[in-house]
Parts: sequence; structure tokens; C-alpha cells
Amino acid sequence: MSAVGQLSAASQTPAPPPPRSGRRLTAYLLLLPGGLWLLLFFVVPLVSLLAASLYDPNGSIEDGFSMTWSFGNFADTMADYARPFGRSLWYALLTTAFCLLLGYPLAYAIAMKAGRWKNLMLALVIAPFFTSFLIRTLSWKLLLSDNGFVVDALKWLHILGPDGRLLATTAAVVTGLTYNFLPFMVLPLYASLEKIDRRLIEAGGDLFAGPLTTFRVVTLPLSMPGVVAGTLLTFIPAAGDYINAQLLGTPKQRMIGNDIQRLFSAGAYPTAAALSVTLMAAIVVLVLIYVRRAGTDDLV
Amino acid sequence: MTRVGRFIGQHLIMVLGLIVLLYLFAPIVVVILMSFNQPKGRLSYTFDGFTWDNWANPCQPYGLCDAVSTSLRIGLLATVVATALGTLMAFAMVRHRFRGRSATNLFIFLPMASPEIVLGSSLLALFVSSGFGGRLGFWTILIAHVMFCLSFVVVTVKARLAGMDSRLEQAAMDLYANEWQTFWRVTFPLVFPGIMAAALLSFSLSFDDFIITNLNAGTTVTFPMYVWGSAQRDIPPQINVIGTAMFLLALIFVLAGEVTRRRRARS
Amino acid sequence: MTSDLVLEGISKQFAGHRAVDNLDLTVPAGSFFALLGPSGCGKTTTLRMIAGLEEPTTGTIRLGDDEITGLRPYKRPVNTVFQNYALFPHLDIFENVAFGLKRRKVKDYKPKVEEMLDLVELNDYGKRRPGQLSGGQQQRVALARALINRPQVLLLDEPLGALDLKLRRQMQLELKRIQTEVGITFVHVTHDQEEAMTMADTIAVMNGGLIEQLGSPAELYDLPATTFVANFLGQSNLIRGAIIGQADENLIVDVQGRKVLVPKARCRVTEGEVWLGIRPEKVFLAPAGTEEGDGVNQLLGAVVTDVSYVGVSTQYLAKLPWGQELTVFEQNTGARDTFRAGDAVDLHWRPAHSFLLDAAQDALAGVEDVE
Repeated sequence: MSAVGQLSAASQTPAPPPPRSGRRLTAYLLLLPGGLWLLLFFVVPLVSLLAASLYDPNGSIEDGFSMTWSFGNFADTMADYARPFGRSLWYALLTTAFCLLLGYPLAYAIAMKAGRWKNLMLALVIAPFFTSFLIRTLSWKLLLSDNGFVVDALKWLHILGPDGRLLATTAAVVTGLTYNFLPFMVLPLYASLEKIDRRLIEAGGDLFAGPLTTFRVVTLPLSMPGVVAGTLLTFIPAAGDYINAQLLGTPKQRMIGNDIQRLFSAGAYPTAAALSVTLMAAIVVLVLIYVRRAGTDDLV
Repeated sequence: MTRVGRFIGQHLIMVLGLIVLLYLFAPIVVVILMSFNQPKGRLSYTFDGFTWDNWANPCQPYGLCDAVSTSLRIGLLATVVATALGTLMAFAMVRHRFRGRSATNLFIFLPMASPEIVLGSSLLALFVSSGFGGRLGFWTILIAHVMFCLSFVVVTVKARLAGMDSRLEQAAMDLYANEWQTFWRVTFPLVFPGIMAAALLSFSLSFDDFIITNLNAGTTVTFPMYVWGSAQRDIPPQINVIGTAMFLLALIFVLAGEVTRRRRARS
Repeated sequence: MTSDLVLEGISKQFAGHRAVDNLDLTVPAGSFFALLGPSGCGKTTTLRMIAGLEEPTTGTIRLGDDEITGLRPYKRPVNTVFQNYALFPHLDIFENVAFGLKRRKVKDYKPKVEEMLDLVELNDYGKRRPGQLSGGQQQRVALARALINRPQVLLLDEPLGALDLKLRRQMQLELKRIQTEVGITFVHVTHDQEEAMTMADTIAVMNGGLIEQLGSPAELYDLPATTFVANFLGQSNLIRGAIIGQADENLIVDVQGRKVLVPKARCRVTEGEVWLGIRPEKVFLAPAGTEEGDGVNQLLGAVVTDVSYVGVSTQYLAKLPWGQELTVFEQNTGARDTFRAGDAVDLHWRPAHSFLLDAAQDALAGVEDVE
């Protein structure tokens, strides 16, 4: 059940020394089928994506594309799609921040306060995700609709003006994104909070002043691996998502995923591939900087 | 401070946590509610009246049940293949030292760290450039699903294996079990919950995937693609029936697991 | 039916360090043998090589006439009680105990399992899972699971380490009883010298991959061969001196200008600088100036610096004129008043209670390893 939770747990558990050495061949044989699959359908595709991004942009599916090493594709697409690109990263950042804000208390409550209800609560975090991603996003459309109770409540509280609306706004898209990726934050956070020795927190309470200080000096630093794993697992998929923007937003909230999808469907492969490569590159660079700064290089 | 106030003070974190859980469940409530909706018009964004009809005739909307069946078939196949391949890889990673082990680790982690749109578009680029552009469908979807499920399987099974005391296997060998018997009598039963978790995760990832599938599906329609298509036009309430049914199934799984765990702990 | 376990020239090299160094060892059939030493001394590695869980880098292991050096663990008539027991969590107690018999296709194993559960007093627990048992009960299951196979050698890796003191005492006696009853060779690895002395007929004290000394508990305690053994097994006072001659069966040792005698049979060296060793309970205190008869070794002019009352005995620290403090244990027989800190005293002991060790050895070896 806590499969995704183990995702981060796995990265931190050192493997015990194997019982016998000198069985390298077995290891390679075990890795072969899966490794081959990943090689053929993950690495090779990335290479052909890179190749596609350098095709002649004037080609078409009917006439075929020719490799012209058109590095200009990148400059052209960036000129045309800088705004949705920046928007994607910005939305992903907002989403990550909200997920952390909402996910931390929940993960903390499950790990530290839930007692015998721990497993049940953990299961409840995952359970909604057995209903389709799309169906859940569609029900947000309903929840946030102009005559829905969320809008009514916010109007009554004067948070929203009389003409205010939620659907088809940035708020709606970020709400949907946050909702969809929250478990990817909660599970790794839970996994690292759960590992903290309670006595450390008690010792913190014994040595420092208040619970807030203890949290800041003991709990938070010890849960950093979970924070790093969680933010990555939230940020990366959020940056590439287009479902929320499409269903809860308007063309004004368009994200880069919308464009990539649209261009691929329209057969504009070189442009779409160039956008896709740029997105991947941007994410790799951002993640590397982030991981370096967070000082957690044993993430993998 | 009042008693209520003090209670909230002591349980602030729990209260916050429960509110967040509520946020996670809000759309589910809507989905369940809407599965009983009797829409007046074509756009069913409001609850117009209660009916059992949707539950009685889940296959009524054209193509819905075909899409569900396609998704189930792809999900099951992808789960079997990804779980088998991923489990083998996990064993290699935990139980063996070999050259390039940490590189392999990174290699397995990377697909999980790539946005779906990139995974999907690069697979499409491969299929198109290798001449399969016209033959997208069931098999290309299956290939894609196995690919992105694999890493999750490896990571899940690896965690379970790494958490296992290797002395248990040594004890089995000490007690006259040869390598084969040790594996089937001790290692496998102990890793099995991890493999099950990996399989469940694979299935739900596959069943739910839209972004990658949509790029590589050709004319084949999976359940998420059906939902997507109908979201552009009208949403048949039967979609919510399927969503609710899946949720209930998952809930039953969870509760059954919890009940057996508790019963075992008590006896 | 049982035969001696013989290790010849056994070494184990791990990346960067040598855990066991050219070890020769014979464990007589039917004995209760302890490998005693601090953590990292190579005792567990030795045990694992006997079990077949590690392969020795060099050397041979034999059981009677059969060489078992390269045999896989499941091909050896040897079973192990693991540290922390390693009970199979997915099997109940009955299945845990039956595991070995079933793998060897022993027919009609059920009564044997029942009988074994009886022996360890767990007959009512067959249907439980290991997680539902207490530490002591788990320990007994681990023992039953290994013993039921009637191995030629039973290996015990720190079997009592996880138990509390009282339970440990109880299990020590229990293990000893079971060993006598079944007559199987037990090889017991421990860092607890008291545990080794209570149970074993023969103890091999290991340090740094080597055996420092091998013998019965009384031999080791009475006449340690090295400073490590002197300190690791109980406590010792080691006083610096030099051999200056001999008289009859004794060597004459000069200690800061005072002559003392040590029987030749109790000396590991015959000339030069030495450590003169005396166990604390063999040293006696007397008010300063008390006359002692001939044939008693004396050191004069000491001052009591510390007195700890521990019920059955009183432990003193007595400072000698050159600054060294000796530990003295005195039974509280009530024959005389206890001394107080600051009292001037003389120390004396019988030559047959002292021993001489090579001064090249570290006087503190093994002191910090005692847990």
C-alpha cells in the first residue's frame, strides 16, 4: 500500500552486504530483460526525441522529416512559447509550495500522532488515487464552478468579490495541481518522519525551549530527505502536466504540456520535440541545482 | 481556555492533518454523489436528481465499457510484465555487487524523475521515426506502460528486500535448505508483500495514465482517454459510477488488509 | 557418533583487514566450548566459517575425518543459534522448529517437534508467530530449531545477548543442562567473560584474529598467559619489576627495590623486565608495620585512597609509594574492621598466587574491552 512511501525509504536504506560475491553474471542476467526494456523504450526514445527536435521544421508527416540539424528550432520555439514555459515552472513551484504546506502537517500527524490509526490514515491518503486522475480533476471543475458552494462560501467570507470566480483562473489550476500531486509529497515525508527516533524529539524538548524550536532544530532537519524527495516528486510531474490547465483553466492558464500535446497531435514534430527537450533540460538543471543546495546527493 | 480550545491546542496537528485529508476526499464525495445524478441536460455539472439508473446500466454510454475493458487488459498485462522484470532487477540491485551498480540505480530512477509529457513524446518520436507511427495502439500503449511502471516496481521491491534481515536466509541455509528452497521457502514469502504492493501500484499507474497514453494510443481508447474525450463534450454520469466502483474496490482492499493485520496482531 | 571439530591454519581476509589470522583449534567432541573476546576479535567470523556462511581465505575445517571447508551450509551437520535468533517471521513456531527436518525429508517429524518444544517448555506455543513471543521464548525457539536436527556441532552466536540479566543467568544454567543432556558439541561465541566461565568447559580467548590463550576457565583465570587475558577475564594488578635471580623453585623479582618471589612454573619469562600479576582478591591488606612470616611477598608503605562497600566484599584502592594504585578485594567476614581512606597499610600475598608476564605487552590490553 505504501509503495510510493517506500520510494524515498528505498533511497536511504543501505543494502546489506550480499551473502556471496562472485556471482556478477547472475546480476547481469537478472538486470537484462528490464534493463533492455528501459534502454529500448526510455533511453532510445530520448535520443530520437533529441533527433526529432533537430529535424527540418518545414517537414510534415505526409512528406516525412529530414534531419537538418536545425538548432534554430530551439530559439524559434523559445521565442514563441516562453510564456507558457515560464508559467509551467511557476505553477509547478506554487504547487510544490502548497503541497509542502499541506502535506507536512498531514505526514507529521500520521507519523507522530496517529498511533494505531497510522496504517488506516496512510491508506486513506492513497485511496482517492484509485479513482481516475481525470475524474477527480473533473469533480474539481464542479466543486469550483461559479454556482458551487466553494465560491459561495468565499463570497460570503468576502474573500471573493461579488463577481469573483474560481473556475478558469490560476487559483483553480494550482488547486487542481496541488490536489493531484499531494500524495507524492505526503508519502516520502511520512517515510522520513516515521524514521525519526522519538527520543530525539523528547531530548529536544528537554534541552531547548518550546515545541516550535524543537521542530525547527530537530524534526525539520531530520526530515529533510523526505522534503527533498517530496518536492522533486511534486515539482517534476506538475511542470509537465496539462490536464489541470485544460480542465480547470482557460487558454490564459495554458501550460507547456498543452502546447507539446497540441503540436504533436498537429504533426509539428520538430517544434514539439524541441519544446519537450527544453522542458526536460530545464528540469534536469533545476533539480541538479536544488539537490546540490539541499545537500542530499544520496537521493537515488 | 475552554475545553474545546485546549483540545484543539493539543491536537492542532491532527486537526490540520484531518482537514487536509478532507481536501483529498472532497472530489471523491462529488464523484460518488454524481454517480447517482439524473442530469437534465447534456452537461452534467449540477446535481439534478437522484437515480439508480447509472449503476444499473454502466455500459450505456457508447464505448465506455470497451474503453474500461481496454484499460483493464492493458493494466493487467503491463502489471504482470513490469512486476516480473522489475522484481528481477530489484534482486540484482539488492543482492549483488557488480560494476555499474550505482549507474544502474540512477538509470532506474530517471524515468520516475521525467515528466510524463517528455516520456510520452519521446516514445512517440521513436515510434514515428521507426515507422510505427501508423500502427499506434494497444501494443504501443502496453510498451509505454511497462516502461514507466518498471521503475516503481524496482523501487518498491527493493525497499522490501533491503529491509529484510539477510540472516533469515542464512538461517534457512543452516537448516538444510539449498539455494532454491531458501528462495522459495524464505526469501519469496517475505518479499511477497512488496511484490504485491508493486503490482497494485503498477496496475493503478497503468489504469490511470493519460498523458503518455494519449500520445501513443493511435485510435485505441483507454478509460482515461474516454473520460478526456467526454469532458470536451458531455460527461455521462456512468463515468462517475466507474470512478466510484474503483474507489470502493480500493477501499475494500485497504480495509480488508487492515482488518487481517489487526486480527493477526491480536491472536 | 560425534567427532572432534578441527580448524587448521584458518585465515579470513576481508577487504582491508584480516579478521582471523592463521587459527589452529581443536574442539573436542561433546565439549562446551566458548570463543571469548571483544567485538571485532574474529570470533563471530570463525563461527560463521564453521557454519559455512563465510569461506575461509586459507586453511581447512574438519569434523572427525571429514573435511567440510568448502561445503555449503546446508550440507554440514552443523546448526546455528543466530544472534537475535533469525526466526522466520512468516512461519509459526511449530513450522520454525520443523524447518530443518522437513528440508531433510524426515518422515514423521511431528512427534519430534512436539518433543523438542517440550524440552524447551514451549508446547503450547506451536501456533504462535515469532513476533508474539518474548525475547526469552524466542531464544528457546531458536535453540529448539537448531537442536532438533541433532547436529554434530551446535553453534551459538551471542545467544543470550538480547536478554536481560536475570533471564540470562537462568538461560545460562538451562543451556548447560541441555548440553549435558544431549551431549552435542556446543561452540559458543560471546563477549561476556562471566557467561563463558559459567557455561564452558574450555574457553579460547580471542583478540585481533588470534587465540591468546586456551584452557579451562580456572586455568585461564588462575594463570593468564598474556596481559590481555589477565585483564579481559576478571581484573588483575600488574606491577612493573625485573628478574634479578632465582632461589629453588622461585624466581626473584625486584619491584622498586623490594624483592618478591614467583614460582618458576608461573612465569612466562625467565629474565629481564616483567609484569608481576596478582588478582585483587589474592592481595591482603594489613595495618602498616605488621610482621608477616617467611614465604610471603610484601609491598610496604601503601595508603588506602578509596573504599567501596559492595556487600559481600569491600573493594580498596591502595596507593604504593611510587604512585601506582592496586585494587584489593576483601571478603566482609567481619574478622576485622574495614580500613578507611588515608590509612597506612602494607600489602602481602602468597608467591603461588602471582604470575609473571612479558613486560613488552601492554599492561592495559583488554581493560577497555570489558563490557
